[in-house]
Amino acid sequence: MEQFTYVNATSVEQVPSLLDGGKWGETMIIAGGTDLLGELQEHVETPKKLVNLKTIPGLDEIKEDDSELKIGALVTLSEIAAHPMIRMRYTALAEAAHAVGSPQIRNVGTIGGNLCQRPRCWYYRDATVNCLKKGGDICLAEEGLNKYHAIFGGGPVYIVHPSDTAPALIALGAHVKIVGPNGEKIVDLEEFFVLPENNPYRENILEPNEVVTEIHVPKPSSNMKSCYVKVREKGSIDFALASVAAACEMDGMTCREAKIVLGGVAPAPWRSKAAESVLNGKRITESVAKQAGEAAVKNAQPLNDNEYKVTLTRNIISRTATMMAAG
Amino acid sequence: MASWGEASESRLIGKRISRLSGADKVTGKAKYTFDINRPGMLYGRILRSEVAHAQITALNLSEAEALPGVKAVIPLTEPGKRIRYHGDEIAAVAAETAEIAADALKLIQVDYEELPFVVDVEEAMQEDAPQIREDWPGNQSKPGVREAGDLEAGFAQADVEVEATYHAAVQTHVCLETHGHVAEWDDDGNLTVWASTQAVFGTRRDFARHFNIPENKVRVITEHMGGGFGSKFGPGAEGRAVAELARKAGKPVKLMLTRAAEHLVSGNRPSMTQHVRAGATKAGKLIAYDLRGYGTGGFAGGAGFTGPYVYHVPNYRAEKFAVAINAGNARALRAPGHPQGAFAMDSLMDELADALGLDPLAFRRMNGDDNERRNRIRQQEYTIGAQEIGWHRRNAVPGSGEGPVKRGIGMGCGLWGGGGGGGTHVRVAIRPDGSVEAVTGTQDIGTGIRTVIAIIVAEEFGLQPEDIEVKVGDTAPELPSGGSGGSQTIGSVAPVIKTAAIAAKQKLFEKVAPQLQTTPEELRASDGKIYVASDRMKTVTWQQAAGQLGMETISEDGVWDEELRVGDVAGVQFVEVEVDTETGIVKPIKIVAVQDCGMVVNRLTTESQINGAVIMGLSYALFEDRIMDPQTGRQINANLEDYKVAGTMEIPEIVAIAYDTERKVTGIGEPPTIPTAGAIANAVHNALGVRIRELPITPDKVLKALAEQKA
Repeated sequence: MEQFTYVNATSVEQVPSLLDGGKWGETMIIAGGTDLLGELQEHVETPKKLVNLKTIPGLDEIKEDDSELKIGALVTLSEIAAHPMIRMRYTALAEAAHAVGSPQIRNVGTIGGNLCQRPRCWYYRDATVNCLKKGGDICLAEEGLNKYHAIFGGGPVYIVHPSDTAPALIALGAHVKIVGPNGEKIVDLEEFFVLPENNPYRENILEPNEVVTEIHVPKPSSNMKSCYVKVREKGSIDFALASVAAACEMDGMTCREAKIVLGGVAPAPWRSKAAESVLNGKRITESVAKQAGEAAVKNAQPLNDNEYKVTLTRNIISRTATMMAAG
Repeated sequence: MASWGEASESRLIGKRISRLSGADKVTGKAKYTFDINRPGMLYGRILRSEVAHAQITALNLSEAEALPGVKAVIPLTEPGKRIRYHGDEIAAVAAETAEIAADALKLIQVDYEELPFVVDVEEAMQEDAPQIREDWPGNQSKPGVREAGDLEAGFAQADVEVEATYHAAVQTHVCLETHGHVAEWDDDGNLTVWASTQAVFGTRRDFARHFNIPENKVRVITEHMGGGFGSKFGPGAEGRAVAELARKAGKPVKLMLTRAAEHLVSGNRPSMTQHVRAGATKAGKLIAYDLRGYGTGGFAGGAGFTGPYVYHVPNYRAEKFAVAINAGNARALRAPGHPQGAFAMDSLMDELADALGLDPLAFRRMNGDDNERRNRIRQQEYTIGAQEIGWHRRNAVPGSGEGPVKRGIGMGCGLWGGGGGGGTHVRVAIRPDGSVEAVTGTQDIGTGIRTVIAIIVAEEFGLQPEDIEVKVGDTAPELPSGGSGGSQTIGSVAPVIKTAAIAAKQKLFEKVAPQLQTTPEELRASDGKIYVASDRMKTVTWQQAAGQLGMETISEDGVWDEELRVGDVAGVQFVEVEVDTETGIVKPIKIVAVQDCGMVVNRLTTESQINGAVIMGLSYALFEDRIMDPQTGRQINANLEDYKVAGTMEIPEIVAIAYDTERKVTGIGEPPTIPTAGAIANAVHNALGVRIRELPITPDKVLKALAEQKA
């Protein structure tokens, strides 16, 4: 780890100026630190200054009004996973938060950090490798070892977005509040993430002097069912090989409207409109569930080592759809 | 001749007794090498190569030396020499803080010319591959060949044949406590080293040789140790470096390897690839076996594995060689050569049984060597294990279970030596105040020998284990013992402790007999008392008896009585798994390990050993894989995120059956890790009807195999 200065922010408004409007990597934000500390220790990032958000009062609250749930960016993943109302009404989010890391990580990791975390790609995380994402010429995963890499939306970078909560929140229609030098803006979470074809260096639209401060999730109707299914090699402290967040307006076994968002398979959370259109307006039978999975992976573009992810993704979408229809 | 006596007479031996150091370990009081801090101590760090293969052209340490807080910098290579793999040592630094040491590493200027590298075994054998070892044409060692019988005649008699290729990935040791030392020199040129080692005396010898000083000027201490698994038998490059830094700086230095370095340079279980063709007769006899196989132990070789294995085959030929690649070197890893060999052999046995239409257990029963101790025991273990797992529940037709999540049951076998050897010296002492001490130069590497020594002495003296002060892991008492490897510790140490305790007790009885108006032969020790066998009313307490010693302390060494130990153990495991055919996830449900333990001394720590070994075997079967990147030549997963090790969520019900087979001690640190991977692979086949011949059995392989089956 290199030396850096450490600044405690005391208000949200103060953060953009503390971030200096500088270049990426010069000044960085720290909240839970579960991702950032790894980057610092591995010398993947070598910032001169860290801005601590944890000293900002009020950013760690969960509030609910008539129209939406408001989650402060500093709310921990454990708190979300254990929150009775979130578990009941925003089930996919609670399940996704619970699927992150380990109890230790969830106890300090924040929801804001989970959305803004950096890729786990082994080339990206190797400080000696100057890959495309870090300003180099090529993405080594494209021709190299890519078992854990993208089957959708890849090129020129083939990372997968590692967040568990992002697919769940997109399925639930969430927005994020972003504070920057010109004040605040509310952005649809789906529009927050970017593909490498638009920006190979970053995974979202944040500018170096902007910060996510709050997540807004619209109140679901009483017919809304949601869930998050994550497949990982290990039962804990492991990122998704593939995951599915589903939020469906159900009428018995019939799906009025589905939102299906995939994790771990693309450089951004990957909404599968193909799967949704199979499910929309249909009674979810075994065959419909199967069709949804197949439709979702029809245009998958696997690399050398990750063909299995196509099968896996197809299967867990079918499984998730079946779960939506069950009891 | 000494004997352990009947089980019914044992008060402590064979019972469940808490580890003497258990409370210290769970409260953090126990000091591991990592915890040792000396006054004025410096922190050492090693600069390692980031590239896989290069020729050093220049090495300049002066800027690092000039950094304030840096107290010593030493080169570990020199211009003209080669870097052979990612992680190879270049130079070492000692500084006032770990941070300054890390900063200093960046100031070391090393220039090198990169050379072509090869990190893939198959590529290394290609004609156009870079030659990375001049003495190995084609990067291959001279094959070793073992043969018996007449192979052609054997195949001529075979009614079925199976031909298959099995592969196992490189596994690293992942010691919880990384390799490392604290080294301190005194003004008289004596070197004291706190070492995370499996061999205090061997490490002392190596330090003495390195510095060309007498062994009695070196003291090595290992009070507690956080795992070695075969990778910690000497100072290594990092040990020599820390002692040199300490001498140069004139201050104690601590240098523990980073987690990345632990993967890169501190050893591994080599890979295995074997092509095997085998034949069996309709009567169920394995009759012919032809193997050609290789593995990589990195740059250094040493990639051997067992095969044929466990089962008797009259006609065989086995040709094996090592392949050099630009990667860290192999070291012994818990039953070196065996788990990979057993995985292949037990997979092959199941494939042959399937070809014959025989139950795999019945087929195994028919292929033991009746003259072997191990086979006699294994036949009993088959029965015990099959009953415990419910062998009858397995799919008669593999893969025939209903639904997407399928269950299967499989089995595997292993064998080991573990009988120990002579050369251990001990001191069992009884002091006039009644206190008892047992001292020897072995080390407790987590296996529980400290407690075993206390149990044996306490049993002999009629005391409790906590009454015995056990001192191990220190060369200072000059009571040498061998390294703790090959599961040899208990077989080497216990007989000597036992005979020393008998001798010390005899001395005490001789002192006490006149007072009790009897002969020493008539005396017994039990419940903290010494009494006359024929008249239990004639008794003195242990303390009173010891009081008779006056100023004298009884102090006895023992002899290595071979009749007190045994080797050649057999083990059998049965596994039930659940395989999700939609995700490819393999989840063990239950593992039954029946392990020949000779005579169990401490049932609690023996079962712990079996549990730990099974977990390591499970992790080998399903998760662990050192991945070398062909583009950069670097290990791409030198961490614990992408180098996956089984965690708590992966551990199923484990039924550890410590099977008492005879009244002789034997080591079981290694054998219970051998059968697990083969048993899991066979259980996966029983669940799916598809065989996966490659370790680790990860979801990508399962899904690929299922897709191929469908196609």
